[in-house]
Amino acid sequence: MQKIIKLIILFIFLFVIGIFYVSLTRDTNYNTSSLINKETPEFKIISFDESNIYTRNDIKKNTFTLINFWASWCAPCKIEHPILMKLSQTKNLVILGINFKDKEIQAKSFLNELGNPYDLLAKDENGKQSVRFGVYGIPESILINKNLMIIKKFVGPLSFEDYNNILKIIE
Amino acid sequence: MKLNLLIFIYIFIFFSKFTFAAENTVDPNQIHKNLRCLVCQGQSISDSNSDFAQTIKLVVKDLIDEGKTEEEIYSFMSDKYGDWIVFKPQFNIQNSLLWILPYIVLIFGGFFIFSFLKKRQ
Repeated sequence: MQKIIKLIILFIFLFVIGIFYVSLTRDTNYNTSSLINKETPEFKIISFDESNIYTRNDIKKNTFTLINFWASWCAPCKIEHPILMKLSQTKNLVILGINFKDKEIQAKSFLNELGNPYDLLAKDENGKQSVRFGVYGIPESILINKNLMIIKKFVGPLSFEDYNNILKIIE
Repeated sequence: MKLNLLIFIYIFIFFSKFTFAAENTVDPNQIHKNLRCLVCQGQSISDSNSDFAQTIKLVVKDLIDEGKTEEEIYSFMSDKYGDWIVFKPQFNIQNSLLWILPYIVLIFGGFFIFSFLKKRQ
């Protein structure tokens, strides 16, 4: 009987240690793994000039689409802007910019000052549409293929490494 | 006889939980409390006034208006942000041990105490 008690205590001890080890070494930062290789969600997003509504059908015809969430008040968006400008010159890629919780005048001024890399421009005034894409902060970018599958999601500003990765994928 | 009564009470409590839960309407505050604010330190959507929390509250309201159940809303959020966003993990293969283990411990613990006391007597 005492042997069984000792074994149970040892098992509980090892179990608690195991739980602590797994919990402390686990990466609890939000990652995008749950979205990769999933189909692009249904969305209805109003164009920046309010003349049109963009849906999945608008990106279906593109070989690749990069959806970029940005705002004029977002400092890292300025950092990634030159990369978006470079990407706008590449073939096979349509960039859909979604202006996130921004003021129209300031957004326009941002694009006038730094250039407009977007083939399609939309706005998400209250951020509700962005939740469909798992966005929790900006800038974030999502690369989608013509089958509407999410290939890659970039959290934070696009880097030159990301730029090269995108080029490899789309060429 | 006593054992049968205990089993009956246990089964009644266990299943009544699901029965009463099914009768309840969707409470947005309850959902907010069970969703993690991803940009905060250990806060729920309910506790936080961050921009992210405000947006999630709006989306939860929309989903309730669309007639989604509490489970469907958690499933929607997990789908977009991963299981990490839900404080109470969903029952699936990966989390099965987490849900089943306390019951196993309870049964074995009860059995162990029972046999220990019986032996002492």
